[in-house]
Amino acid sequence: MAATTSMVTSLTFTIPSLGLRLPTRSYPCLKPQRRLVRKAASNVITATYELKAPPYPLNALEPHMSRETLAYHWGKHHRTYVENLNKQVVGTDLEGLSLEDIIIVTYNKGDILPAFNNAAQAWNHDFFWESMKPGGGGKPSGDLLDLIERDFGSFERFIEEFKAAAATQFGSGWAWLAYKANRLDVENAVNPWPSEKDKELVIVKSPNAVNPLVWDYFPLLTIDVWEHAYYLDFQNRRPDYISVFMEKLVSWETVNTRLEKAKARAAEREMEEERRRKEEEEGKPTNEEEDDDDLEMYVDNDNDDSEAE
Amino acid sequence: MALRSSVTRRTLTLGLNSTRLLPLSRSLQTFSLPDLPYDYGALEPAISGEIMQLHHQKHHQTYITNYNKALEQLHEAIQKGDSSTVVKLQSAIKFNGGGHVNHSIFWKNLAPIREGGGEPPKASLGWAIDTHFGSLESLIQKMNTEGAALQGSGWWLGVNKELKKLVIETTPNQDPLVTKGPHLVPLLGIDVWEHAYYLQYKNVRPDYLKNIWKVINWKYASEVYEKECA
Repeated sequence: MAATTSMVTSLTFTIPSLGLRLPTRSYPCLKPQRRLVRKAASNVITATYELKAPPYPLNALEPHMSRETLAYHWGKHHRTYVENLNKQVVGTDLEGLSLEDIIIVTYNKGDILPAFNNAAQAWNHDFFWESMKPGGGGKPSGDLLDLIERDFGSFERFIEEFKAAAATQFGSGWAWLAYKANRLDVENAVNPWPSEKDKELVIVKSPNAVNPLVWDYFPLLTIDVWEHAYYLDFQNRRPDYISVFMEKLVSWETVNTRLEKAKARAAEREMEEERRRKEEEEGKPTNEEEDDDDLEMYVDNDNDDSEAE
Repeated sequence: MALRSSVTRRTLTLGLNSTRLLPLSRSLQTFSLPDLPYDYGALEPAISGEIMQLHHQKHHQTYITNYNKALEQLHEAIQKGDSSTVVKLQSAIKFNGGGHVNHSIFWKNLAPIREGGGEPPKASLGWAIDTHFGSLESLIQKMNTEGAALQGSGWWLGVNKELKKLVIETTPNQDPLVTKGPHLVPLLGIDVWEHAYYLQYKNVRPDYLKNIWKVINWKYASEVYEKECA
C-alpha cells in the first residue's frame, strides 16, 4: 500500500477542557484516517474516522484465519469501534484530532476517558490487519533480524517470549513487539521497561484496548488475543492460534518498514534533544515546557501467569 | 444428576517412612471439575450445547488445572520460605482460582426451562428485588446494560447482599465478586467473556444477555439469599 501524506501538526496543542498540553507527533507509519468534511453553511470542519479495509481480501488468510473470522472481526467488531468512536467524538474537543492523538489524550495517564476504548481499538485493529499477509510467517532478515538476535539472544528465543506474552495476557488484550527509544520519563503512564532497555526491541502485553503508544513506544508487530480474534477458528486453543499466527501470517516486511521509521524517529528526537541542550547551555530560552504532572499509574504486567484457554 | 464434590484430597508425603515417626506430611487440597446438573444441550436454544461443552470441559477445566498447579507451587514456596515466589503467584491464583469459583457458581445459576429455568424469583428475594429495583424487569434491564458495556472480558456478578442490600457489580477478567467488597456474596453471575457466547451470538452480546434470562435458575439465587439474610 502506498503511503499517503503523513500528518502535519503544530508543535504543541492544548485541550483546554481537559487541561492537558502535549507535544503532537506525526506518526509516519500510519496512513491518515481523517477525511475532512467542510460544512458549507457554518464553514466548520468536522473529521470522521473511516473503517479501512485490510490490505488483502477477507479470504486471503485462509486456512490459517478463516474468511468468517475476518468477516466478523473486521466487518463487525472493528467497524463498531470506528462507528462508535465517530459518535463519541463529534462536537467535542477531540474532533479533528488524529487517531493517535485521541488515544494519548483519552488515556489520560491511566484514568481512561470514554473515547479511549474505541479510539485505541480502531487503531489497534488497523495495525493488526497490516501486521499480517497471505503467505506470511517465516523469518525476518537484515537489520530487523540483527536487532532481534541482539535483544533476545536468538530468533527462536524471541518467538518463545512473544508466544508466552500472548498466551499469558489474562482476559482480553494484545501482545506487542515494540521499539523503545529515548523517552524514559513517559509522562502519560508508567514505563513498563526499565531504563536499561532504551533503544531496544521489547515485548509487551497490554489489557483490553491499551497499546504501546501510551508508553511512547513505537509498535512494530501485534497479535490480538481477545477471544473474538480466534474463537471461531480455534475455540479455547489460544496457543495454537498464536503458533499459526507466527508461522503463517506475520508480515515481516511490514515489521521491517515500521522498524526503519522507528529508528528514524529516534534519531530525529536525539538531534532535537541535542539542539535543545546546546540552546540551554548557551542561555537561550527554550520552547518546550515540561509537564511534570506525573500521576503514578501501575500498568499490569504479570509475566508468569498462566492463561486459561 | 447430582453434583459431585468439587474437592478431593491428596496427601503429599515428604518421603518419610510412615511406620517410623509421625509422617511429616502436609495435605494439599486439589480441585476437580464439578459435574453440570444438566446435559450440555439442556439450555438450548438460549445457550447452545456446543458452547456449554467447550465452556465446561475446556475453559473451566483449564482454570482448575492451572489453579491446582499454582497452589502446588505456592505450597512449595511457602515451605521454602520463598516470599517473592509466594507474591508472584498471587495473580495466577486470583485468575485461575477466580475462574474456578466463578464458573462453579455460574453452572448453578443456570437451569433448563423444564426444571424451572427462567421462572421469576418469589418469596424474600423476589420481594427484595421489587423493593430495591422496582421490578424484576428493571433489574434485568440494569444488569444487561452493565453487562453489555463491560469492556473486554469480565464477570458481571449481579445481585449481591452487602449489609442486607442487593447490588449489581461488574468485575474484570476472573476477579471474584469478593474483590469488590469483603461483604459481597454472589447470588447470580453472568459470564460475559466472549467464550461464553461467541460461537452462537458472535459479536452481538446484547442478544446473549437477552436470552440468558430464559434459563436463569432463580431458585438457587433465592436459596443463597435466604441463607445470608435469615
